[in-house]
Amino acid sequence: MPDVAEHASSEIYDDEVTKKFIVATVFWGIAAMTVGVWLALQLAWWPAGLGIPQFTFGRLRPVHTNGVIFAFTANFVFGGIYYSMQRLLKVRMWSDKLSAFHFWGWQAMLVSVIVTIPMGMTQTKEYAEMIWPIDVVIAVVFLAFALNFFMTIKNRKVQHLYVAIWFYISFVITIPVLHVVNNLAIPASLTRSYPVYSGMTDALIQWWYGHNAVGFLLTTPILGLMYYFLPRAANRPVYSYRLSIIHFWALVFLYIWAGPHHLLYSALPDWAQTVGMVFSIMLLAPSWGGMLNGLLTLRGAWDKVRTDPVLKFMVVAVSFYGMSTFEGPMMSIRSVSALSHFTNWVVGHVHSGALGWVGMMGFGTMYWLVPRLWKRELYSVSLATTHFWTATIGVVLYTVSLWGAGLTEGLMARAINEGGQLQYPFFLDIVHTLEPFYWGRLIGGTLYLCGVFLMAYNFIATVWFKPRPAAIPQAAK
Amino acid sequence: MADHWHRRLLEGRAGVFAIVTTIAISIGGLVEIVPMFTVGSGHMEELPAPYTALEVTGRDIYIREGCVNCHSQMVRPFRDETLRYGEWSHAVEYSWDRPFLLGSRRIGPDLHREGLLRPDAVWHYEHMKDPRSMSPGSIMPPYKWLLEWKIDPADTQATMRALAFVGTPYSDADIDGAEAAMQEQGGVIVARLAEAGIEASWDDEIIALTAYLQRLGTDIPEDEAEDVAEGGAQ
Repeated sequence: MPDVAEHASSEIYDDEVTKKFIVATVFWGIAAMTVGVWLALQLAWWPAGLGIPQFTFGRLRPVHTNGVIFAFTANFVFGGIYYSMQRLLKVRMWSDKLSAFHFWGWQAMLVSVIVTIPMGMTQTKEYAEMIWPIDVVIAVVFLAFALNFFMTIKNRKVQHLYVAIWFYISFVITIPVLHVVNNLAIPASLTRSYPVYSGMTDALIQWWYGHNAVGFLLTTPILGLMYYFLPRAANRPVYSYRLSIIHFWALVFLYIWAGPHHLLYSALPDWAQTVGMVFSIMLLAPSWGGMLNGLLTLRGAWDKVRTDPVLKFMVVAVSFYGMSTFEGPMMSIRSVSALSHFTNWVVGHVHSGALGWVGMMGFGTMYWLVPRLWKRELYSVSLATTHFWTATIGVVLYTVSLWGAGLTEGLMARAINEGGQLQYPFFLDIVHTLEPFYWGRLIGGTLYLCGVFLMAYNFIATVWFKPRPAAIPQAAK
Repeated sequence: MADHWHRRLLEGRAGVFAIVTTIAISIGGLVEIVPMFTVGSGHMEELPAPYTALEVTGRDIYIREGCVNCHSQMVRPFRDETLRYGEWSHAVEYSWDRPFLLGSRRIGPDLHREGLLRPDAVWHYEHMKDPRSMSPGSIMPPYKWLLEWKIDPADTQATMRALAFVGTPYSDADIDGAEAAMQEQGGVIVARLAEAGIEASWDDEIIALTAYLQRLGTDIPEDEAEDVAEGGAQ
């Protein structure tokens, strides 16, 4: 579809900010995933925590999760949005100063997160652990971005908003709403605060936030990026404009209801659990609408997938998106949740989304962007292809290990013997059975991380070691 | 592309598009969340007492150490869970939980009935010092620093003031008398540890954390609590 001729000129558009966000994405990606591998090691072999308070699993896990969400993913999303929205709207960002403030403010925020959280300064709510002063910084920086974003839209030179922009709009509107409502708290000191909600109300608001952080940070903006970069990379128009309209509105409307599936069989009112479950199942339809629109955009371009690592990454990313948005609704069914909740299965599900969908989209997009932004040929296509296979095998090993672990612990926990008593009354019996799976996941995660190192090397070599300012494919558009 | 109504009305008009999006993302949250502020808690008629000064301090330590990343506080209404952990969790028990600590992952066991299943301070002291001394083969890291680090009653008072502001029923007398109350409750735990030959002080962090763990899950009617204490599996 894109009725968007690409203008390459950096004089028209601010591409410096995209470059900075890409560097940050690679840097934070390595940092956040390294912590993840370390945590995986701690589960397989507890002494890896080194007996240091700041390095215990309990304190470090939020560094990993927030690092992947707000450092790796968000930086990639911001960079991709800056690049694509200027071209889709045919106008430079409204304010370069705000763009720079956004970039540096966000990085400063991230540094403060990785310092404070291991020190035990935490609000404890998942993916909202940051203490209240950092929450204020997040709100201010994001609103600066939002102002710049909407003013740029206002100044646009094309009237019609391309589908990618819709998804960005839903992201820019929803994230501040979720962030502010979930973090409303009364400070007891500079580093401690207590939420205004209590008990099950706090739990419901947290999972309304938590699930929609997945929905509106890990999904909608990346779908927007898919709608821009996949057609670009494949040189094909988007398969169906009508499908994109339907699945966009269905997705943004349905997603917000799904939070209570994190609280099935809890003390949350039964009706709210049921509503959450029903809407989660319905989410399958618009999610697959997006997946199909992405995959069908490649019709007639499948030969390129064989040779182009950019498309390889994107195809696998969209496939993982389809897989995990099938798995998610299934896990939201009460009787499935009864088995999967509290187990590694959930962790595996999250990683098939984060490593499979978000990560692979990020890598594919960056392999497309780096040569264009720095006006160099990619140092090594074969290294990028090696990265692709390392990442793919890593995700599969990771996910399969945690399916195995999740099913095992879920079934062991519920096993009742002939006498009507627990088959495995000692929780530690379950813990020990999981050990081989923990090693499998560690190997999968390590493989994936090694791939990111390959990518970092490839980019560094592209920009510095062997710059080959050859024919830039971009100029043609 | 034909000039469809939605193209005229929405996709060419950013302001309208943003407003409609805002409405679309608001409905679900409003429908689910607003009733939570109006419904009662059910099951037990009376609200439990708020956490004592020492317990709320222990809870802050539980939060600081990220215990929630490995331990849930949510017993589900299944046969295996009630056999393993005891009576399932009721909404009213969480009344003063700011923030909530239900957890999402059981790397270790659920702790919501810990106060009934493992009331002994000596167990917790030894377990925090060296988890494998009480749970052979455990993968939990040791938390030796809890035995050395001290709590500060001024921090506790700041916590209680903030919690009182958002609705936890702490009176001014409760807050002013926090230190004395902590010494008293901590003294009982210290005395129990002394019986086992362990020397500790009421303001050691381990004492506050133990007080919190001893409180967990005890706010259910007495007959139910007795069932849990007798039937605990692990």
